[in-house]
Amino acid sequence: MHIRVRARSDPKPSEITPERVYRTRREFMALAASSVALGGLNALALTEDWLDARGFADGPVFKGQDPGEEITPFQYASSYNNFYEFGTDKGDPAQYAGELTVDPWSVEVTGEVAKPGRIAIEDLLAGVDLEERVYRLRCVEAWSMVIPWIGFPVKRLLDRFEPTDSAKYVEFTTLHRPEEMRGQRSFFSSIDWPYVEGLRLDEAYHPLAIFAVGMYGKVLPNQNGAPLRLVVPWKYGFKSIKSIVGIRLMRRQPRTTWNVMAPDEYGFYANVNPNVDHPRWSQKTERRLPSSFFSPNRIDTMMFNGYAEEVAPLYAGMNLRRKY
Amino acid sequence: MLLFAVLASPLGVLAYDVYREVLMPGTVFGADPGEEIVRYMGEWAIRLLMATLAVSPASRLFKRPQWVRFRRMFGLFAFAYAVLHFVGYLGMLAGFDFGAVVDDFAKRPYITVGIAALVMLVPLAATSTRGWQRRLRANWRRLHRLVYVIGVLACIHLWWLSKAGFGEAVLYTAILILLLGERTVRMRVRIAAKAR
Ligand code: HEM
Repeated sequence: MHIRVRARSDPKPSEITPERVYRTRREFMALAASSVALGGLNALALTEDWLDARGFADGPVFKGQDPGEEITPFQYASSYNNFYEFGTDKGDPAQYAGELTVDPWSVEVTGEVAKPGRIAIEDLLAGVDLEERVYRLRCVEAWSMVIPWIGFPVKRLLDRFEPTDSAKYVEFTTLHRPEEMRGQRSFFSSIDWPYVEGLRLDEAYHPLAIFAVGMYGKVLPNQNGAPLRLVVPWKYGFKSIKSIVGIRLMRRQPRTTWNVMAPDEYGFYANVNPNVDHPRWSQKTERRLPSSFFSPNRIDTMMFNGYAEEVAPLYAGMNLRRKY
Repeated sequence: MLLFAVLASPLGVLAYDVYREVLMPGTVFGADPGEEIVRYMGEWAIRLLMATLAVSPASRLFKRPQWVRFRRMFGLFAFAYAVLHFVGYLGMLAGFDFGAVVDDFAKRPYITVGIAALVMLVPLAATSTRGWQRRLRANWRRLHRLVYVIGVLACIHLWWLSKAGFGEAVLYTAILILLLGERTVRMRVRIAAKAR
């Protein structure tokens, strides 16, 4: 029995799109089967059965956040991706992520922890309660989607390794495997692989920050970051690192990929903020995808992507224009 | 006529794709059809811009001076695609929000150079006829040298809008360097010959 907690950032019932229907899992499956063959719906370790065994057989379980906005169809959320490990075009990940082997998969936890070690993903997830979180995803490129993730709080995982008192930051690393990730072989990419992201520890411990293993009632497609990814809904999408193999607790701020590459464009914090412009994209508005030929579907961007009430206290007293 | 049909064919392909998408939404275009169309037009604009610049060297290389008369058609199509690229941006990305466009022009350098390139294309397209060529005489050649500046701006546009994948920017910059390099070398040779 799951109890749905209405969060303060949820729109009032009157704001919710009246015809908004949350599709049941069965419909999702039918949708997925009828849509084009999507690269990399993985199998093995994290199977549909495995998810079903955790209570996902009878439709989605609501718990935690739901912005109450129309959910982006699975078809688009799984075919329009930024995952430069597989190429820079939005369609590349869906096309090429099938080349990635996600089983076996393990994660190494190091740094300021009492119990460092490498752990297989099955063991990592053993005994973890999965919950569904419907979050807005706001990309720094000024587009956004609404996605139902399946996951669990970041804190739940980190605690198992017992971070020490000196741990102040956490760094995450994506798999580096050029044989299976063609973007990493690209000669014209200026990214210094592997991709690295990070959070302040109190940010990582915030209840809204989750690790996701699934979406739309299913295990994550490879192009969405299988088998384990971060989802931090109040920050621009690039913070929500995919296909994680390394977690390191640190005393000092990690050197994160985009921040190192272009510090004037991508801050370490990268909190969604309509008042701080980016040199390439205005951040005042966003295009809620899917858009159409007739309308870019522009809506106003909200401070902290609409999660201000929950997360603003994390940044009390900080100048968000300078620490963007 | 044939050349017209060939250069217009990308529009035909696009029209057909849009038609299929309208009949069966979600089958041809992805989550962001506007962006796809803007990119498509941008790609064709820069291809035809480079093709325009390549006409004269190609006619010399293959000793076919009659090819030069095709240059106008290439140039006009480059302009047409650039205009459609811009209109697509206005409608499908900016949503005809002119405040946002002004904001983009002022704050986003890749948009600033894109618009500069487009604006420079206007007088070239307007004076592309034989009549104007005659009327402007030597000034016509001088005016149409703007196309080199436009080529450079288009490449800068591409560099500045690329985040991490610079393949296309490298490709078109290499082509531009080749085409402008050929002219520079020829000019040097001519000057040297005169001096002798
Ligand atoms: C001669 C003029 C121009 C040329 C040759 C040109 C060419 C291009 C090319 C080749 C691309 C990249 C397409 C891709 O990556 O597949 C592009 C993208 C873009 N151009 Fe232009 N462009 C021109 C003018 C403009 C103007 C006037 C604007 C708007 C004011 C503009 C706005 C854009 C935008 C917004 C994109 C990025 C689309 C996206 O990825 O969202 N361009 N352009």
